[in-house]
Amino acid sequence: MSDSKITRRSAFEGLHPIQVEGAVTVAPTPYATRFSFRGDSKAASACSKGFGVMLPNALLKAESDNGRTAISLGPDEWLLIAPDGEVEALEAAIEKALDKQHHSLVDISHRNTAFTVSGPKAETLLASGCLLDLHVSVFPVGMATRTIYSKADIVLWRTAADTFHVELWRSFVPFVWGLLEEASHEL
Amino acid sequence: MLLIPCPHCGNRPELEFRYAGEAHIARPADPSTTSDQEWAEYLYFRSNPKGLHIERWRHVSGCARFFNCVRDTVSDKILKTYPAGQPKPDLADIVKEAHQ
Repeated sequence: MSDSKITRRSAFEGLHPIQVEGAVTVAPTPYATRFSFRGDSKAASACSKGFGVMLPNALLKAESDNGRTAISLGPDEWLLIAPDGEVEALEAAIEKALDKQHHSLVDISHRNTAFTVSGPKAETLLASGCLLDLHVSVFPVGMATRTIYSKADIVLWRTAADTFHVELWRSFVPFVWGLLEEASHEL
Repeated sequence: MLLIPCPHCGNRPELEFRYAGEAHIARPADPSTTSDQEWAEYLYFRSNPKGLHIERWRHVSGCARFFNCVRDTVSDKILKTYPAGQPKPDLADIVKEAHQ
């Protein structure tokens, strides 16, 4: 038996920081617990009780409370985000609240990672690869959706007028980060 | 860029979508009693019209749902989209609606 130990490594290790004074800062967010939840509206309201945040029924919305966030990605699909290290506790709480109702709850804590893009030029920087209209009148605070940045799938969530939370698969980080860095030189 | 109106998410750029072929093609209920000809028709033969075509699309980089879409294959104009599972619409009605 070998004494191998699995060490957790950030997907952002070794990447250049992206910061343009007075314009934009791109910063990795701390490790987090994440679940993909699928089920009908009845299952979603039961899940809300276990998770502690109301899963939004309306599409393209994010609800946050007490450090936990539920984002509606599709008519029967939600992304749940909570502080790091809560996988087992949350899983147990949600499964209990659902009481064997038909649903799917998948731990994706290590598949996804995230960073924030903030500053007065945040919209401009994201527009380098994101096709949506990001003006605050069309993409208001609290709106969230899955979309693409260049060729990578991302979940984009506006947390404040000048701040976006970008959730993506960790293997896409070097690709997306590289393009953002490139674009940041032109701000 | 072509904007496609997803019935769940609204107008979105076409790069978020994948095409998934002609819509409303029902699998034969009992394949074991289906003749080779019927099975071949079901598998391979499509209407391929010049004009209005009812087709499936998937908003894969969005809500990830399949939906149906009525598109004019000549102009690429999309006249209507509706969630999967709804009955096949009457094309004459759709043309009328579009010209209103």
